Amino acid sequence: MSVDTATVKRIASLARIAITDAEAERLAPELGNILGWIEQLGEVDTGDVAPMTAVIPNHLRLRDDVVTDGGARDAVLANAPQAEHGFFAVPKVIE
Amino acid sequence: MTDLTDLGIAAIRDGVREGAFSAREVAEAFVARVAAAKSLNAFLVETPDHAFAAADAADKARAAGETLKPLAGVPIGMKDLFCTKGVASTAASHILEGFVPPYESRVSQNLWDAGAGMLGKLNMDQFAMGSSNETSAFGNVISPWRRSDGGASGKNWAPLTPGGSSGGSSAAIAARLCPAATGTDTGGSIRQPAAFTGIAGIKPTYGRCSRWGVVAFASSLDQAGPMARDVRDCAIMLEAMAGFDPRDATSLDLDVPKWEAGLSGDLKGKKIGIPKEYRVENMPAEIEALWQQGIAWAKDAGAEIVEVSLPHTRYALPAYYIIAPAEASSNLARYDGVRYGLRDLPDGANLQEMYAATRAAGFGDEVKRRIMIGTYVLSAGYYDAYFTQASKVRTLIARDFEAAWESCDVLLTPTAPSAAFALGEKSADPIAMYLNDVFTVPSSLAGLPAMSVPGGLDAAGLPLGLQIIGKPLDEQSVLNAGLAIEQRAGFTARPEQWW
Amino acid sequence: MESTYRIQGATGEWEVVIGLEVHAQVTSNAKLFSGASTAFGAEPNTQVSLVDAAMPGMLPVPNRECIRQAVRTGMAIEAQINKWSRFDRKNYFYADLPQGYQISQLYHPLVGEGSIEIEVDDATKTIGVERIHVEQDAGKLMHDQHPTRSYVDLNRSGVALMEIVSRPDMRSPAEAGAYLRKLRSILRYVGSCDGNMEEGSMRADVNVSVRKPGDDLGTRTETKNVNSVRFVMHAIEHEANRQVDVIEAGGRIVQETRLYDPDTGTTRSMRSKEDAHDYRYFPDPDLLPLELDDAFLDECRASLPELPGAKRARYLSQGITPYNAGVLTAEVETARWFDALLEAGAAPAQASNWVASELFGALNRLGKGIEESPVSPSQAAELLGLVADGTLSGSLAKQVFEIMLETRGDPGKIVEERGLKQTSDTGAIEQVIAEVMAANEDKVADYRGGKDKLFGFFVGQTMKAMQGKANPQVVNELLKKALG
Ligand SMILES: [Mg+2]
Ligand SMILES: [Zn+2]
Repeated sequence: MSVDTATVKRIASLARIAITDAEAERLAPELGNILGWIEQLGEVDTGDVAPMTAVIPNHLRLRDDVVTDGGARDAVLANAPQAEHGFFAVPKVIE
Repeated sequence: MTDLTDLGIAAIRDGVREGAFSAREVAEAFVARVAAAKSLNAFLVETPDHAFAAADAADKARAAGETLKPLAGVPIGMKDLFCTKGVASTAASHILEGFVPPYESRVSQNLWDAGAGMLGKLNMDQFAMGSSNETSAFGNVISPWRRSDGGASGKNWAPLTPGGSSGGSSAAIAARLCPAATGTDTGGSIRQPAAFTGIAGIKPTYGRCSRWGVVAFASSLDQAGPMARDVRDCAIMLEAMAGFDPRDATSLDLDVPKWEAGLSGDLKGKKIGIPKEYRVENMPAEIEALWQQGIAWAKDAGAEIVEVSLPHTRYALPAYYIIAPAEASSNLARYDGVRYGLRDLPDGANLQEMYAATRAAGFGDEVKRRIMIGTYVLSAGYYDAYFTQASKVRTLIARDFEAAWESCDVLLTPTAPSAAFALGEKSADPIAMYLNDVFTVPSSLAGLPAMSVPGGLDAAGLPLGLQIIGKPLDEQSVLNAGLAIEQRAGFTARPEQWW
Repeated sequence: MESTYRIQGATGEWEVVIGLEVHAQVTSNAKLFSGASTAFGAEPNTQVSLVDAAMPGMLPVPNRECIRQAVRTGMAIEAQINKWSRFDRKNYFYADLPQGYQISQLYHPLVGEGSIEIEVDDATKTIGVERIHVEQDAGKLMHDQHPTRSYVDLNRSGVALMEIVSRPDMRSPAEAGAYLRKLRSILRYVGSCDGNMEEGSMRADVNVSVRKPGDDLGTRTETKNVNSVRFVMHAIEHEANRQVDVIEAGGRIVQETRLYDPDTGTTRSMRSKEDAHDYRYFPDPDLLPLELDDAFLDECRASLPELPGAKRARYLSQGITPYNAGVLTAEVETARWFDALLEAGAAPAQASNWVASELFGALNRLGKGIEESPVSPSQAAELLGLVADGTLSGSLAKQVFEIMLETRGDPGKIVEERGLKQTSDTGAIEQVIAEVMAANEDKVADYRGGKDKLFGFFVGQTMKAMQGKANPQVVNELLKKALG
């Protein structure tokens, strides 16, 4: 399977990872190899097989509607690269 | 007096209880050994105070005549994938540099509640993505084991991988820097490094150990487990780590069995399956020979050997390399430079450019590679062909195991297709690296308990491991088969101290 | 009946096709996947758990009440409830989305097909509901507090939303407005959402396309997060006209996301990347499939209140006029109040008239909602009882009601203390009539001479002399007799 650099750039952009042209050149054959290798899965006849939904049979537990958390703004903001006036700060977003 | 750092969990626990030595003495011995082993690069953070506090608590409890906790006086190493309150937790990635969690993972908390202390945070493959520990952002761990590459003097030592991703854990245990350590296993990250370093390690059934507070790699595969010198120590430590956690929706609401009490190396009446598909192409003769030896030991322990078939085995790795990167691509989206960790904000960059710059600077190559693969297989137009197909193949792999359980109790296979390789030997070829997990990945996809125990040494004097895979929730049979092999293998080799 | 709303273009008439995706905040104490509070208006980032902030290793655990409320909502619109559903991740990067994905439901939603009936121009129309799924709300970005930075508040991050997706069955702004009002009414009856649009509890994504009547569907645009019924109607009108203009000028409509600006009443394109629609949905591996058992569904059903449609039908069967039935069922508070009035023994038809005129009139004057009414349903029932049994005349009842509004007193007591009881004492009334006739002999003569209209004058004089307390029916009878 061949992957072109345009595809690599599109995927990198979707994944929000900045890459240079040189990196895209390098990654294209690498990703192509890996994707080519995993494509052997197509050989498997999975016609009426259901995709796995739970690794081990288990039911989703639901919790009670009780407030048990919050009120810890300092802990929430403690690791922030930039926090001001009780907010996380990011470069200005224009919508 | 024996060197306290030669002791495992059970010996330390019993010695402290009996007063043969104090927990403080144990902690001091290991702390000193950790401090003297910097060249192995096994620890990212050393936390002697944590270890001393736990030791002092154990000694105080004993002096007061209290019943000691199950791990009282036992200092352990903590893989850096576990978030530890007030102690830097990075998953060996630059993107989490400086992150100090205001919370304690459930598994580490369970260990502290059981009386254990922490010697430090252990190096690993970045975000647990790797099989050699070479993807750590803070330098690879060097295995205490060395391989002579000949040369005139016969002493051209090739630095070896301790395996990955729990390579800091395996190296530290093998080098006697700690009696035991936590590991996590997504596709073999406990078992393969255990095999490479001559120690034991078990990945329990998916859901036994809470994932709460463990940096996520691939949520449907990640499982924590113990790594230690022998099977008994694994049983003791797993009892402390496991348990229901209401904060993890996939946690199993079951009591933790008394695995240590249930240990028995007698396999009479047990059937051990040998999956024929695990006899892979180009498997070294030594691996095959070890496998046969393992079969002979199992027979000697009273087990009946049956051949079984797991027909979809060869598709496990490609399925894994769709599912794990897909989940990872999403799990790692939160590392964006907004709430914690690294932020790279080039001049004039907008929000989305900040994300891209931060993630480019913060993630290592292998992490980026997997995020890219995962993003690709989930992207518009490819989802069904890749992700859905892989999830269906995963069902087939699980069905293979279910069918096998009709004729056997556990499976016995090699843990890895080779002994530890030299650092740098496989890093240029991702697929060659991925193939390391060929024997460990299928049971991960099926969520089954599986362990590696040392079986012997290869011609170069390097450890080789045997893997036992069990039915869901049947860790006891896995541990017992492991014990039977351990008793017969009589594995006592240890790396000569050179560091 | 199909609405005939049309846009007059240069090339002829255009039909508008509208579908609405409504995000309704589920009424719950805690968030969908964390134990942090959902209360409105807290200090920034004080209602944030480590899960909501997407700290490493944090995991979601779903809140039963949120699931329950979505199921009850589905039942209220007679939708299919899926006993097996699943949460998926919708992946995209934005500063208000800490995880880098929204936990939502794409492939297997909790609630499937249902429908909502609306009334526009006295005609009833059924609007299809494609699905209701449960998902997390995002945090909030503040842009105006710093010249070069935006601020992130995660208090809303992780609050449970129901996304209620309609079929593209609406054909006019009026229908869209009616749908939204009806949906809001149902949500408030069920108690699954407070419907408070000002606080953002309900927002609509408005899908609009235009076509020549009878043509295939045109390309649609999606105008995001419109937060009032009026704005939705405006946005549709503007967007439909814009699309007609574009097409008639030879242009093409591109499928895009747009923003509504309430200040100008217009919509504009959101600067969106081309990858905005590649959300890479996949099942959330942190969560298992959601399987509901019969006991859970039975409880959901049993706890449903009587809904507007059923209530309206009951009112009609109790002799209430269609107009009154409509007014009384539109808002859940009104219906609750009215039902309490009936429960306290009031006669339905009489009570409905009284509520629709007297009570609403008074509340309007006072600027109060029915839930703040100074008169309780039981007091009102007592008042209506006093009218029914002849103790109070209509005008006395009005007097008593005014006093009740002021003093919050019980009507019986007020009547007793102030002597407002109407009299049917024929002797007393006959005496007053005699006095009135004596004082107006000329008018008596005129009346007897054929001026029938003067009867009202005598009634008025008699009532006035009796300070309004005479039973008007008795006064009529006795006057007729006395005047011959
Ligand atoms: Mg939408
Ligand atoms: Zn939505």
